[in-house]
Amino acid sequence: MKLFAKIRKISHYLPGLPVSIENNSNNCYHASQDEIGSDLAFKAVLKLFNEYPEIDKREIDFLIVSTLVLDYNSPTTASVLHHKLGLSSTCGTIDLPQGCSGFLYSLSVADAMISSGNARNVLILLGEVPSKAIHSEDSVLRSIFGDAGAAIVVSENNTKAIGKFTFATFGNGFDFLKVERGGGRHPIDEAWINKYSDQVNQLSFGRIEMNGLEVLRFALKEIPGFLEQTLVKNGLTISEIDFFIFHQASEMILKSLQRKCNIPEHKFISNFEEVGNTVSCSIPIALETAAALGTFKKGDKIVLLGFGIGFSCIGTVIEW
Amino acid sequence: MEIDDFITAIEEEFDNLNPGDVTPNSVFRDMEGWSSMHALIFVALIDSKYDVLLNGEELKSCVTINDLFDITRLKLNGGGAKA
Repeated sequence: MKLFAKIRKISHYLPGLPVSIENNSNNCYHASQDEIGSDLAFKAVLKLFNEYPEIDKREIDFLIVSTLVLDYNSPTTASVLHHKLGLSSTCGTIDLPQGCSGFLYSLSVADAMISSGNARNVLILLGEVPSKAIHSEDSVLRSIFGDAGAAIVVSENNTKAIGKFTFATFGNGFDFLKVERGGGRHPIDEAWINKYSDQVNQLSFGRIEMNGLEVLRFALKEIPGFLEQTLVKNGLTISEIDFFIFHQASEMILKSLQRKCNIPEHKFISNFEEVGNTVSCSIPIALETAAALGTFKKGDKIVLLGFGIGFSCIGTVIEW
Repeated sequence: MEIDDFITAIEEEFDNLNPGDVTPNSVFRDMEGWSSMHALIFVALIDSKYDVLLNGEELKSCVTINDLFDITRLKLNGGGAKA
């Protein structure tokens, strides 16, 4: 039994054609009317199985799904995708809907499952459709968020390739970034439906509400120190890191954090301009895209740092 | 901390501004194409240059570039919580 884990393969799926938002330099993608998060995740994993035939779906023994638009309040979307994929009946399934921190939270669980000997091959599926929860006239959010799916296989490995994780939660910020309505606290009611009666095909799952100033303040205040904690926990200094991939929150937040954390531009990977903020998919898409361009060499140390709703933060260092 | 440096940093940050466009008395919300995003750019810029993080109330209380400069200097000198 090998008690180390490694990101084995990543594939992602972008729906349709890139959408260029007025007055913005970045592109993003929008899912079709009948697609939700798990559909994009499903397309991403079919792509992964097609691209990497050596991955045998019968060997997947744990499935983690992160999406902010669940198929049903219950059962888990992981159960639905387990069925659609025809995974083994001995495969465990959980949802981990942690928004922009969703990939790294899922990776931390995958790493723990493998390191403890409870799983050998964990499939992480991510699917996000923020475009469906943004008011048609909310130009700020429309310019930031894009839809995507991603599939990641994490497998046992001879050597340690995923470092220690650091976690942080600032629950007092939960109200500054949320999908409002649809949950038990504030159910969708007649007043809500009437208020948004002009939003044809929009806001069926709720509306993303963001206090941009508070999100920015959270990122600027907490992330530099959190990066330092992540490095210390892994016994590393910033100069020993080859690349940094942060959650692709927005061009401004990325630029500000790069400056504030003193990260050289050539080490700071961003693909926000190409796909926007794809919530939980942003880090794996940036990772896969950079890998496909030949950016990484074997043994490179890459900081992965997620942050978002909650407010939540999670970080680790992987070895390529 | 000098207001000239403060103004130069602002002019360098915004693509549509040229040297000399901004004065201490400029009303920043009257800037061409002003949106809520520009306010965030000010907050990020001030944090990056002076390690001072303005909050919503402080931002709301400012009208001119000089107001922003004054509140930043006050916080930098310990006249308010840094964050």
